[in-house]
Amino acid sequence: MTRFQAAFSPTRSALVCFITAGDGDTSANLDALVAGGADVIELGMPFTDPMADGPAIQAANLRSLAAGTKTADVLRYATEFRARHPHIPLVLMGYANPMVRRGPEWFADAASAAGVDGVICVDLAPEEDPDLGPALRAKGICPIRLATPTTDAARLPRVLDGSSGFLYYVSVAGITGKQEAALDSIDANVTRIRQSTDLPIVVGFGVRRPDQAEAIARVADGVVVGSAFVDIVGEHGVNAPSFLQDLTASLAKAVHNARKG
Amino acid sequence: MTEQTPNSFRNQPDERGHFGQFGGRYVAETLMPLILDLEAEYIKAKADPAFKAEFDDLLEHYVGRPSPLYFAPRLTEELSGAQVWFKRDELNHTGAHKINNCVGQILLAIRMGKTRIIAETGAGQHGVATATVCARFGLPCTIFMGATDVARQAPNVFRMKLLGAEVVPVTSGAATLKDAMNEALRDWVANVHDTFYIIGTAAGPHPYPELVRDFQSVIGTEARAQLLERTGRLPDLLVAAIGGGSNAIGLFHPFLDDPSVKMLGVEAAGHGLDKEHAASLAGGFPGILHGNKTYLLQDDDGQITEAHSISAGLDYPGIGPEHAWLKETGRVDYTSVTDMEALEGFKLLCRTEGIIPALEPAHAIAAVAKVAPTMPKDAIICANLCGRGDKDIFTVAEVLGVEM
Repeated sequence: MTRFQAAFSPTRSALVCFITAGDGDTSANLDALVAGGADVIELGMPFTDPMADGPAIQAANLRSLAAGTKTADVLRYATEFRARHPHIPLVLMGYANPMVRRGPEWFADAASAAGVDGVICVDLAPEEDPDLGPALRAKGICPIRLATPTTDAARLPRVLDGSSGFLYYVSVAGITGKQEAALDSIDANVTRIRQSTDLPIVVGFGVRRPDQAEAIARVADGVVVGSAFVDIVGEHGVNAPSFLQDLTASLAKAVHNARKG
Repeated sequence: MTEQTPNSFRNQPDERGHFGQFGGRYVAETLMPLILDLEAEYIKAKADPAFKAEFDDLLEHYVGRPSPLYFAPRLTEELSGAQVWFKRDELNHTGAHKINNCVGQILLAIRMGKTRIIAETGAGQHGVATATVCARFGLPCTIFMGATDVARQAPNVFRMKLLGAEVVPVTSGAATLKDAMNEALRDWVANVHDTFYIIGTAAGPHPYPELVRDFQSVIGTEARAQLLERTGRLPDLLVAAIGGGSNAIGLFHPFLDDPSVKMLGVEAAGHGLDKEHAASLAGGFPGILHGNKTYLLQDDDGQITEAHSISAGLDYPGIGPEHAWLKETGRVDYTSVTDMEALEGFKLLCRTEGIIPALEPAHAIAAVAKVAPTMPKDAIICANLCGRGDKDIFTVAEVLGVEM
């Protein structure tokens, strides 16, 4: 059983937590997310031009780069995380250019050696899969794709083809953390997508509070929270871990109990 | 260099929007359906005589085309080499070649039923051209412009506002063109249902590099006919400045299959190629940014580095993907000139021909000044004078230490 298969269950939705690598004390932040009950970790690879991200994650990217974060540092955080947490799935999320800079095989090898389970490349459309997908699959790393409100029934198979791990449904047409998740349309869209795939479906973009997370967890296999954590790191810096753990715990309780009674 | 020379240099991109290894569609999934719709609509528009008729009519009566082809006698004499001719796209309405593309794209937006226009701008020329066509067609328009550029290009900001555009200063990153493009993409992804993004150069996700090139190719198509009529033959060398590369590809493309015509694209070497510059072909590596794969200024980790040029219109860390391909095939030569050389080119054209060029074509003029003396007197150079310099007089005055 892969770490992803173990993390997702038909009877219990999973909490997926995102932070940006190199922003604050990354290892302590990751440990706090796990201690609070995170089921899957998404570690953001900083990029100078995060064009799908809202102000919170943009700022986190710039803080991280200003602190001198390199790709080697991101891989080191991943390696150390894997050593401390052998069972929690770890996903690298970022933009194509830093991933392909030294060649897709280099990146796939390095991510594999670091114990990474999946990669989300925001600006790599399925149409450009040859730039990264084959190298990842050859190393057993899951390319995780995004489906959005604009991904209609005709296009969905294209997105699903070559995806593995889980499918990330973006709840709103927009950037991260800016708008509120559109709860009313999520139910219908997750149900629609579920007819086309057996992959777990996680929902993100615009989820910050336990009440939102709980509502989404009733229909989705997982709920992603990112900007709310990144804001905490932005506000509290190296003192962020205890605040991160508290928020994670309240989100985890809401997500894990959503399907009970 | 690729292993073999293609049969034609004019049949790119392929059906996936690739120019060799360059180009493509590297965008977030939310945008993909819209990009595919745009491609489908553009294919239909190209086959529709009514679309071409409306485009041509607007270019003639609104933009003022064809632009003149001008022989520069005193510059030619001063350089004492090849004859120098200029394609005078600075005489277009709004003062640059940018309007050609904006006319084409707004007609596409209207065909697609879009009711709101967005655009990015660096120096403000593309912003002004976009605001102009939006006023002409009565569509609301939001222009994203780096806060740094808003401060240093105040006259163009005022022009855009006069034309009814909302100008949004972008404060992220270095607050210049690259950041304005990021912010335009963020707006687009949140407003795909009603919004059309008029990209200002021959870059971005497919089909933008192709359609911008096609709309700008009016420059080369006219120049080719005008040169044949006036000189009885094809030119020996075409020269154009390159930021994203839309004026250059517009001039070059209709000549690409004329083997006797050499071409020279001129990048901005800023303070020098060993210092801060904007020459992505000379100093960059292939990478992925803003929807396409092309040469980018970047570090070993793939982080994009800031460009610098005295010309805000060339101040961008990438280049259109077709230029990347034309460099690799060897069909077009690329060189670069520094801020100071461009400034000398600027002053040279003012002094010899009574034409104040924009700082973008001043780079082309500087390259012409280097190469013309090495060519025989019966050789013909045609350079693209893609913009007029009124917008740049403050920048030039500052560099020359003149109080205005």
